[in-house]
Amino acid sequence: MATLHTQTAARFMMAPAVLLLLAWMLVPLSMTLWFSFQRYNLLMPGMEYFTGFENYRYFFSNPSFWAALFNTLYLVGGVLIITLAGGTLLALLLDQPIFGQGIVRLLVIAPFFVMPTVSALVWKNMLMHPVNGFFAWLARVFGFQPVDWLAQLPLVSIIIIVAWQWLPFATLIILTALQSLDEDQREAASLDGAGPFSMFFYITLPHLARAITVVMLIETIFLLSVFAEILVTTNGGPGTSTTNLTFLIYIQSLLQFDVGLASAGGIVAVILANIVAIFLLRIVGRNLEA
Amino acid sequence: MARAVSTRRKVAVSIIAWAIGLIIFFPILWTFLTSFKTEGTAIAVPPKFLFFDWTLENYFTVQERSDYFRHFSNSIISAVGSTIVGLIIAVPAAWAMAFSPTKRTKDVLMWMLSTKMLPAVGVLVPIYLLFRDFRLLDTHIGLIIVLTMINLPIIVWMLFTYFKEIPNDILEAARMDGAGLREEILYVLTPMAVPGIASTLLLNIILAWNEAFWTLNLTTTAAAPLTAFIASYSSPEGLFWAKLSAASTLAIAPILIMGWFSQKQLVRGLTFGAVK
Repeated sequence: MATLHTQTAARFMMAPAVLLLLAWMLVPLSMTLWFSFQRYNLLMPGMEYFTGFENYRYFFSNPSFWAALFNTLYLVGGVLIITLAGGTLLALLLDQPIFGQGIVRLLVIAPFFVMPTVSALVWKNMLMHPVNGFFAWLARVFGFQPVDWLAQLPLVSIIIIVAWQWLPFATLIILTALQSLDEDQREAASLDGAGPFSMFFYITLPHLARAITVVMLIETIFLLSVFAEILVTTNGGPGTSTTNLTFLIYIQSLLQFDVGLASAGGIVAVILANIVAIFLLRIVGRNLEA
Repeated sequence: MARAVSTRRKVAVSIIAWAIGLIIFFPILWTFLTSFKTEGTAIAVPPKFLFFDWTLENYFTVQERSDYFRHFSNSIISAVGSTIVGLIIAVPAAWAMAFSPTKRTKDVLMWMLSTKMLPAVGVLVPIYLLFRDFRLLDTHIGLIIVLTMINLPIIVWMLFTYFKEIPNDILEAARMDGAGLREEILYVLTPMAVPGIASTLLLNIILAWNEAFWTLNLTTTAAAPLTAFIASYSSPEGLFWAKLSAASTLAIAPILIMGWFSQKQLVRGLTFGAVK
């Protein structure tokens, strides 16, 4: 139906978005790739030279890289488990008839709109503080020894904070998927004598599979680059116990000015994210056909 | 076909749901309450919930000492500015893809999505160096450029899913009645597209407002938005909980309210139309 004339017009309309994104992707990425093969420190200008894979070798043989890689995996894995399990349960609960359903929904999704620096500082100080924090008070009320969260369990604390931010996202999306579940199907199943558990595992969960996968992939992409929460709470410490890949590269580039090494790290991060991205793109692409 | 539900069951489920909702919301509520306390009551053990001397003093101190309104206007400029620039670039693109799709449209859309998957830290060094050389560090323009580019794929995608729902028959009818391209866009399509554009605008302001990687790394003082303003409370001022709470309340209140209005769009925008 589209005529030649409208196709030319369409191309012109798309050009700015496509060209800008292309530039935004290609220019910095090729610069990162180029830098990653250079010995290049901002503190020693004019001393750059080509070193081949030296940066990568240093990066991979550096224990803090492996620590950061594992911290990244724990962080992503921990937050995913909490938000997916919690989000599914919460969505099932909110799908029931409730008094004041709209208000409860608002309460549950609110954390998603809190900027990362605020949630991290509020949790760090007012909730997790070992002496004056709310949790410390709760612990003492119930007769436990208060936990110094960010000193004793730094990575767990970060996982809790980030999970609190992402739980609403998982809940909201799973709830949306839940509400599109065909009521007739449920009724047919219950007429056939399906109990609540077999109903959940044979009808509801398969229906949610797609939404859960989408949540998992999107969260992974964002969680791989958690940054602000770490910066304002632990600054990567104690030691390297809360340094993830993003934070390690930030230290290397903007604090130690080692452009070459940071770039090699950046390329590693890009490759990791791409592995996740391929799966997400497949799912979204399949949806586009439908 | 509503399921018959006993009132008792509904009451029980409601109590559980409200309890969990309040627990999840508690950190925000606590911040809000603490912002009206004096520093002394803020750290009191056992904590005081409602019965304390409410004061607005912290809000004045925050403004006086760290110039809240400058950071607030920086946030507005960068969030709203980047969203508007993004819309100007994205509306024609999404329009073309929705109304005269070609064989390659799907590939272009997927490719745009893939640029969103590029981790920011992978391009931190070159962007930082380019910004330094072009004197864009700590400027509104620099921040608007970055925020526009990182959210452009989401804007295009959201608009595309909305535009695709506008029935093509209406266009045909308008053409039959002799409408030219200009009339077609102005009188037929624009009114139908406005709700979708508005939702996209809202969601992207939220995303840009809360963005905390580039805003922290590319600004210092002049263009620093609220994310950076709050981050400055991480050390020594973090000890002043009441002021931290007042600053935090001010930083999240506008976006929380906008967010509550745009929950539905949030799902569509953040899943790239994969869940509706």
